[in-house]
Amino acid sequence: MKYFTYLSIGTLFGIIMTKSQAISWYRIYEMFRFDAFHMYGIIGSAVILGIISVALIKKYKFKSTEGMPISFTAKNMSIPRYLFGGTIFGLGWAMTGACPGPIYTLLGTGYSVILVVLLSAILGTLTYGVVKNRLPH
Amino acid sequence: MERIIEWMSQPWPWYVAGPLITLTMLLLLFAGKSFGVSDTLRTTCAIGGGGKVSDFFDFDWRKQVWNLVFVLGAVIGGFIASTWLQQPEPIPLAQDTVVKLQELGISNPGANYLPEEIFSWDSLFTLRGFVMLVFGGFLIGFGARYAGGCTSGHAISGLSNLQLPSLIAVIGFFIGGLIMTYLLLPVILTL
Repeated sequence: MKYFTYLSIGTLFGIIMTKSQAISWYRIYEMFRFDAFHMYGIIGSAVILGIISVALIKKYKFKSTEGMPISFTAKNMSIPRYLFGGTIFGLGWAMTGACPGPIYTLLGTGYSVILVVLLSAILGTLTYGVVKNRLPH
Repeated sequence: MERIIEWMSQPWPWYVAGPLITLTMLLLLFAGKSFGVSDTLRTTCAIGGGGKVSDFFDFDWRKQVWNLVFVLGAVIGGFIASTWLQQPEPIPLAQDTVVKLQELGISNPGANYLPEEIFSWDSLFTLRGFVMLVFGGFLIGFGARYAGGCTSGHAISGLSNLQLPSLIAVIGFFIGGLIMTYLLLPVILTL
């Protein structure tokens, strides 16, 4: 039953990503060329509403459906980690036109070759795990 | 019902999609979880025995199974939307984008979600396709874990929680994205 909840939320997410065309390589290319407002509108409105929602959750100390307080973990401060890691991610995002959410969604839309992108991303994650102690964090 | 499906089949504008992404994050928060898709890649490595090569994958992955179920839902959502809610028209891209892509050899920008020239099994066995699919995917997986999150974890969840590290990561996403779009893609696309 719990898993059905996550499956449903995921299904909603997949439909949103598809219907808003956020899964489209073209929309990401267009975004990085600043040719259209579409992707900025999606991410921007999601973030603005997110900031308001998170602030309200903290202010009124909302609890999750399990009865636990909804908690937010602060991320450890570092510049090289986020800047270098983010830049590497951005290179891949602009190349494949897909971040991890759209990778999964695109599989469902029938682009089976995206499986190659997914397996390569898993390999990239594995490689990070192996070399991470040698990278600046 | 038919009219509802017809209405839902139109492309969704940003002011519908953005708030619904916030809703996705909120539903997960209220379910006691957090929104971060790239964690599933690490979980997959852990399930596959990655703990043997790095302690980074030596954790109780059972607590992360919910996220794999979530992304399985995303696959189903993609199937539902592309099967029953498919719009008939091409993606209304900016004219400048279309012209630029045609210059770079993409024949029909916006006709589908992805350019068939690159995202096909035939293309995988060309230099251009191999670089974009394999190398691109690798950078996503490596970079997301190095940065500790991807678009969902940093740009949506992190920025919503006013995390400076997430802002730095998002700036990084754009540095990488702009280098790729303006400097590297024009070369790669014409390989």
